[in-house]
Parts: sequence; C-alpha cells; structure tokens
Amino acid sequence: MMNFRKRKIKWGFVFFFTPVFLWLSLLFVMPHLELLRLSFVGTDYYGKSGFTLGNYAAFFTEPAYWLTFARTATYSIVITLIVLMIALPMAFYITKVVGLRVRGLLNLMVIVPFWVSVLIRVYGWMIILRESGIINRVLIGLGIWKTPMEMLYNDVSLVIGLVHTNLLFMLVPIIGVMDSLDDSLIEAASNLGANKLMVWWKIILPHCMSGIMSGSIIVFMLITGSYITPSLMGGKNSQWFTQQIYNQFIIAFNWNQGAAFGLLLLAISSLIVWIALKVTRQKLGEVVK
Amino acid sequence: MSIDLSVKNVSKRFGSFTAVDNVSFDVETGKFFSILGPSGCGKTTLLRMIAGFYDFSSGSIAIRGMDMTDVEANKRPVKLVFQHLALFPMMDVKENIAFGLRRRGEKGIAVRKKVENMLERVGLPGYGDKRINQLSGGQMQRVAIARCLVLEPVVLLLDEPLGALDLKLREHMKVELKKLQTEIGTTFVYITHDQSEAMVMSDYVAVMNQGRFEQVDTPQNLYYNPATSFVAQFVGENNKITGKLEKDESGRFFIILEGGVKIWVAKPATVGVGEQVEVFVRPGAMGINPETTPDSMNKVNTIVKAVLFDGGNSGLLCVMEGSSRELIVKLPQNVPYDVRVNDRVCVAWDPSKSVCFRSAGVKTYDEL
Repeated sequence: MMNFRKRKIKWGFVFFFTPVFLWLSLLFVMPHLELLRLSFVGTDYYGKSGFTLGNYAAFFTEPAYWLTFARTATYSIVITLIVLMIALPMAFYITKVVGLRVRGLLNLMVIVPFWVSVLIRVYGWMIILRESGIINRVLIGLGIWKTPMEMLYNDVSLVIGLVHTNLLFMLVPIIGVMDSLDDSLIEAASNLGANKLMVWWKIILPHCMSGIMSGSIIVFMLITGSYITPSLMGGKNSQWFTQQIYNQFIIAFNWNQGAAFGLLLLAISSLIVWIALKVTRQKLGEVVK
Repeated sequence: MSIDLSVKNVSKRFGSFTAVDNVSFDVETGKFFSILGPSGCGKTTLLRMIAGFYDFSSGSIAIRGMDMTDVEANKRPVKLVFQHLALFPMMDVKENIAFGLRRRGEKGIAVRKKVENMLERVGLPGYGDKRINQLSGGQMQRVAIARCLVLEPVVLLLDEPLGALDLKLREHMKVELKKLQTEIGTTFVYITHDQSEAMVMSDYVAVMNQGRFEQVDTPQNLYYNPATSFVAQFVGENNKITGKLEKDESGRFFIILEGGVKIWVAKPATVGVGEQVEVFVRPGAMGINPETTPDSMNKVNTIVKAVLFDGGNSGLLCVMEGSSRELIVKLPQNVPYDVRVNDRVCVAWDPSKSVCFRSAGVKTYDEL
C-alpha cells in the first residue's frame, strides 16, 4: 500500500515545477552553458576553430579591457555605498520619524518615479545637467556663471545617474527590515547612555544588516550590469565594462571574446558579493529571505 | 529623608488632549513608589517624561535636586525597564548587561566583573553567553533589570514589566522584585494597572486617573481610607451603593433604597445632605446571617444569585430583596457555610466600615 502511494506521480508538483524548470533551463542555464562553450572557442589564421584560452588571456594582457573592468568594479562598490548612505537615513525617516499618513505619501513618492522607464529617467537627468540644461540656464540667468558648463559625460554625472536609478532597490529591503525594528530598542539604548551614533552602530545597523546586504547585492549587480545609464551619462573616459561586452558582440562580432567577458563579469561580481557576505558575517540564505 | 525624584506641576498635552495634568509628587530615597491607574490614564506618558523620551508642556522634573528639563535621555541618571523589556536580540546576555557600562567608556576586566556580579545578584550566574531567545520569560525579566541596575541608577523606572508574564510567574516575580529592591535599596518607580502588584510591592502608591493623581498614600491607607470615589472603586474589590444622602434627628446619616430599605452611612467628610452619593463597602467587611446585631448595624435581606468559589477568596453574589441591586459578600474562611443559589441570606455590616462620596459617575469597567 505504502509503496503504491510512493510511486504515484505528484501531478501538482509537476504542474508547478515544469514552468520553473523550463524558465531556468532554457533562459538561464542553457545560454550560460553555450556562452561557456563559446568562450573557449577561438579561430586561428586559417579559419579553423578549436579550443583556446586566448579569449581569457586577451582580457588580462590588454590593459584597456581589465582597466575598464577594474574601474567598473570599483565604481560599482563606491556607488553601492553611496546608495546605501542615502537609503539608510531615508528609510529611518520613513519608518521611524513620520506618522503613518506621511509615510504612505513618502513611499509613493519614492516608488512612482520608478514606474517610468530607466531611459526616461536618464533623459530627465540629461535635461537637468546638459549644457543647455536647467541648471546652466538658471545659473546663467542669475549671473553666477558667464558661459554654460558641460556637466554631463563625466564620472560625476555617471555616479549621479546610477545612484538615482538604483536607489529604490536599496530602499525597499531596508525599509522592510527597519520597520521590524522595535522602537523601544532604540529608546532602551538611549536610556542606557548610548548617543545617536552608538544607537546606529550597535542597534540599528546590526538589526538591518540582512536588508542592507540584500539591497546592496541587488544594487551592486544592477550597477555592474547596467548599460544604458553609463552609455548615455558617462563620457568617453567613463567606459563601463558592459560596453566592452557590447562592442565585442555587436561591433567586433567576436562572440567568443564577448562570451568570455560576460562570464568574467559574472564570476568577479559574484566573488565580490561573496567577500562582502563573509566580511559582514551574513548568510546568503538569510539575506535573500 | 532625601528626595530622589521630584516632579512638580508637570503637564503634557498632545494637541488638545491633556495626557498628564498638573501632577506633582516626591519619591524618597530607597522607596518603592507605584503609579497605579487604568490604561490610558497617562501613567506611561509620565514615566516617559521622567526618562526623557517626551518633553513636558509645563512643570519641572528633578532627580536628586538636579533639574532634568534640558538633560538628554541618554544623560539622565534614571534607567527604564521597558514593558516588553527591549533586550537587544543582536547581543548575548553579558553584552546586554555591559551595554550601558561600555557607553560610559568602561573596559576590560572591570566590565566583566560587574556583569558577573550582577548576574549572580539576579540569580542567573553563568548565563552570560546565552542568547536572548534562549531565555525564559522570567529570565529575560531579570536580565532587563540587571542591565539597568548594573549602572547604579538613582531611580529605576519600571513600565509594567510583569504584564507579559503568566499569572503564576507574575505572582512569583512580584515577591522577587520587592526582595531585590529591599536588598539593593535603589529607588523604584513602578507603573502598573494591576492594583495587586502595586499594593504588594509598594511603600507608596499614587492612583492616577485621567491624567491626575487621585491619591498618593500607603497601600493600607488606599485600601481602608480611599480619598475619592475612583480610588475606592479601583483599589481592591468594593460594593457600590448609590442613593440620596439624608440625616435623621439624632444626626445619623443614611440613604433610602427602593422598598424603604435604610442604609446607615458613616459621617461623610465632604458631602452635604440631599446630594447623590456613592457608598462603598468592602465584601470582606460584610457578615452573613449574623446571630446578634446591634441596631447601629446595617442589615439587608438578599437572595443568593451565584456562589463565586475562588478558594480563600470565595464570595456570594447577592441581590437585595425589593430591588435589583447587587452585593458581593466574602465568605469567611473559618466557618464552613452551606449556601446555595436562591437561598435567602441576611447581609450585615458596620456603617463605620463604609465610605461615602459625592456621586462622581466614574466607571472602572462597563457597569450596567
């Protein structure tokens, strides 16, 4: 009897698992396996293709490649930290300072801009910052500047764009964990003699760590993988590594090189996330909860 | 006696609502002082003002003679045990207790010594490495108190810390707290809505209602000589009999109930003849079926509606004949009584054991 029951196919499980399995295997696992294969394929002078490590070697031997990569990784970390620094006080203000009604309004004000596509938001910043943009016009109108100044296409505009386009993804998980922090813990710390800095350091940050890490992982991954914002707001000297991948695939039509770059980006950004988790002693399982 | 905590004419208004209305009191060093009141009476607001979490609208608060108006919450020599304890779950027991010491800049061996001493004192030796979620309710209670006491505060404030415990543990912790307070001699200010907690532990109790203090006195005086109708109702069980106050030729006061029943009343302090009054008689002050009664005693014929068995605290719910007024009468413990529902019993009491106030219309629960 028991054996019979065990052998029965669980149709409910099959029904719900199949789409997930197909989704993951067809759109995620298979393409990546194909990319992995492609990245080890090279074509020699005679047009014959075969196994090679040359695509990876090219990355390390050509400074333009790995310098762009290092720049991208460093900037991604810095921008993630900037986003965190902005999101923490915002989340605190929204969850702990204002009343319920204002809170709803503020939440809405945070979310509504994200209903608009990234492209439009980036163009919005371009309208503000460009040579004939709002800031230049106002400052010239007030007589503070004589001639318009180009504020776009540099590292600062790149950072501004990436911070703004990714803020929400940091804010939402942090608001979630901060909301679950009992106000009386903050009061108790203060009652026991802690100043504001110590309340943040000893109570709020440890409590919010899982939200901070999950927000940081999302934002970091989104930033390293972003293409539109760096392309539109970064200058010629602010190359992003995704642009290198794009160049290989679309312009040089070198899929093998592009595949190697894509996998390197995935590998090293995963490594950075892993290190960050180790350093903050967080477990991935808790962070993604 | 020196004064540890002095509150003078303190008020707190939230918009048009007055949560605390011109409250003044002093707490002497080493005393256990309770503020007793129903929920929403303003006692928590008052406590939070003492701790520095709220500014007050007017008045002043001083601790050991030092004015606290401009002193930040984290600089005040008062420590607060929170209603839900607010232990830090991200730290273990010893870090919880050491938290305040470290904020003062104390380090190393000295901190460890103090923490260990404190754990021993509250009966939790060797618990330093436990996580907060490994503790039982009573143990968490003790850690919360230890965390405050290790800082040797001038005044320890306690915000209904026993509220979340189950009954048996609460009874036990009541005695423990009182013992601890007597041992260490720190001034305690305890707020609660549970009159038995306040009565058992306190040297002085302030009964609070609608933002005001009704009476500040010893538990005994609150019980036997309540100053207001609210105190009479809120502290201990009491029977309330309402009527119009009258006086006969010999100067004795009484009220007449339905059916001509005359209830003698002890000479009221503040009420005049002809006014509506509330007369309070403790269930324990009444006797059942007395054999002989002097004329000066009140005697009321009643019918038993229910026998309320509660061990040593058993009583009868009686209804007066000729009216629907209810009386709760305590059953004496030394004499076995065989009373059943619908029996007729005569309830008698000495008028001097009753108190009489002008009708205030205060309800401590949803009376009919």
